[in-house]
Amino acid sequence: MTTPSSPKNPVGTSWATQSVIRIAVVVIAAVWTFPTVGVLISSLRPADDVATSGWWTAFLHPFEATWTLTNYREVLTSEGMFNAFVNSLIVAVPSTVVPIAIATMAAYALAQMRFSGQSVILVATVGLLIVPLQMALVPLLTLFNLTGLTGTYAAVWLVHAAFGLPLAIYLFYTFMADLPRDIFESAVVDGASHRDAYVRLVLPLIRPAIVAFAIFQFLWTWNDLLVALVFLGTGSDVAVLTARLNDLVGTRGQDWHLLTAGAFVTMALPLVVFLVFQRHFVRGLLSGSVKG
Amino acid sequence: MASEDEGSRRIQPNAGPSDSTMHNSKARPYQGRWEPVAGLAVATAALIWLGGWALVDRSVLDTGVARLLTVIGAEPAAQSIVENGLPPGAAKPVLVLIAILIALGGTAVFFVASDRLLDFVGGRLARYARPWVFLLPSLGLLGLFLVYPIIRTVLLSLTERPADSGILANFVSVFTAPDTLVVFRNTAIWLVLVPLGALTVGLGFAVLVDRIRREAFAKTFIFIPVAISMVGAAVIFRFVYVWRPSGQPQIGAANAVLDSAGFEPVAFFQTPILNTVVLIGILVWIETGFAMVVFSAALKAVSEELIGAARIDGASEWGTFRHVVIPSIRGPIITVGTSIVIVALKIFDIVFVTTGGNFDSDVIANRMITELVKFRNPGRAAALAVVLMIATVPVMVINARNFKQERNL
Repeated sequence: MTTPSSPKNPVGTSWATQSVIRIAVVVIAAVWTFPTVGVLISSLRPADDVATSGWWTAFLHPFEATWTLTNYREVLTSEGMFNAFVNSLIVAVPSTVVPIAIATMAAYALAQMRFSGQSVILVATVGLLIVPLQMALVPLLTLFNLTGLTGTYAAVWLVHAAFGLPLAIYLFYTFMADLPRDIFESAVVDGASHRDAYVRLVLPLIRPAIVAFAIFQFLWTWNDLLVALVFLGTGSDVAVLTARLNDLVGTRGQDWHLLTAGAFVTMALPLVVFLVFQRHFVRGLLSGSVKG
Repeated sequence: MASEDEGSRRIQPNAGPSDSTMHNSKARPYQGRWEPVAGLAVATAALIWLGGWALVDRSVLDTGVARLLTVIGAEPAAQSIVENGLPPGAAKPVLVLIAILIALGGTAVFFVASDRLLDFVGGRLARYARPWVFLLPSLGLLGLFLVYPIIRTVLLSLTERPADSGILANFVSVFTAPDTLVVFRNTAIWLVLVPLGALTVGLGFAVLVDRIRREAFAKTFIFIPVAISMVGAAVIFRFVYVWRPSGQPQIGAANAVLDSAGFEPVAFFQTPILNTVVLIGILVWIETGFAMVVFSAALKAVSEELIGAARIDGASEWGTFRHVVIPSIRGPIITVGTSIVIVALKIFDIVFVTTGGNFDSDVIANRMITELVKFRNPGRAAALAVVLMIATVPVMVINARNFKQERNL
């Protein structure tokens, strides 16, 4: 993250200024972190304690406080969060894999072939990047009701895959278009077909872009509420974590020991993915626009 | 990582420098033969047929597995599946696997088969058709689930209206009814305050953190909320702003602070305007990390010489920042700003989970769902979506134009 050239101690920065900067950084970081810490601590406290005293009492006196995992046991079993966790995985994995497979093909044609209509498709893809999902809801609901897909995973997979495609094609295209030309020229000299070049040459080379997109799309589909709510619903058989947590807010709105545990179950996997792949994630963010 | 699997699976037999790979490819054993392709096609067709069936009707999967078990000779297990169905823990992963296989297998077979077919046909036709083989799956999905619905929504917003009203009836009603006017006012506030907050704090933090040690560590704290879902964030902040009547112990941080300072507790989510500001704070909390990371990278690229020159000329710290640093990172500021504006425009989850749009805190995207699901009024819902869409058009055009210039299209 740090480059040696960055001015860590620019001339003229006194010790006092440095201290002020450090204090400011710590304060902002603390403000940004305390809401999450409060939820984490409360999720580990007994119901009675959570209801009668603030989480900071346990934070300030950790050894006098009682700690428990009961809340997690309860949300995972009787509140159906374990089931919802499985459902979230079921929704997120195909929704991530499918667009990667077909977008790499499209991006290859757009980056490495010449044909009429090419620039129209490219520009349209860039335009579609920020189309509000809301524009598709009503007709898709009609379509899925007609075909009996409403309430099935297939409906959500299709919507997520389609709405992930513009970003995928855009990211893969920019990556492929920036690959050095001579690689392809030598491949063509060797008599490689486009299919060979795509499968053997381009796919391995654009791996960083694929990883970046996979992280985006996985987090996006895992964290989504709108698509899941409209096309999958809140039935306990199919509801994903975000929908389940939203339900919990409605039914157990005052039971903060459960809500905090539920929130953490929802956040756990994205946080792990994010912390493990932070570098790839940042590279993806910096390499292009992001989906909103 | 399916496409990676696909890539490595095909590459493994002759892994090596790319030129030798390309060379060996000429000697592939299956070159030009149709049997493996036909076999694969038949297998995939069967899989799609059976799998699609199983996806729509769960009992097909149950009977299928039961038959399989009977053939193996595990009669009792088969009997229990016929009676109770597959345990949900087993059935669901199987369905997912089938779905992925259908999607990837179908795409691969389509791709290889049509590519081979074009090899066979050859000539000009093949040259013209080849790109479309690569494009077809994407264009199909985009067309059916993005482009078609967009057109349909525009039509719906115009046609789905009371019988004896003008063609713009839905838009007129949306723009004149007091309860939707509040919605537009709130969305406008979101559009201004979210980018303002996230850009200011993000840039400020990026500048500060650039001057201290353990920079990456400090940045993680601001960056983490980017991974948290808006539903999760909404629950986190509901907890921060919990309200209890005065006199009872306050378990929410915000009211505990007010309480200890001697003020009455505030019902943040129930107080108009204040609730919108509080909700905006949630999105700022999420988006600041994104802005900070991009700005932090951009700051590293600002020319040291330029800064040094400004300093030698006697420019103050602030003057250097204002007149040298900010202009050098103008591009990233605009990019990040517009993407945050788009996020703010489409905001739904945060409002839905906290206030549900009550107490004058509603926004366009949430109101649209209310119209669709609660009021059963698809025409007005479509009109609201079209308003959202029209608001994004300027950004869309700018993005497309920049892209065209950048790529010389």
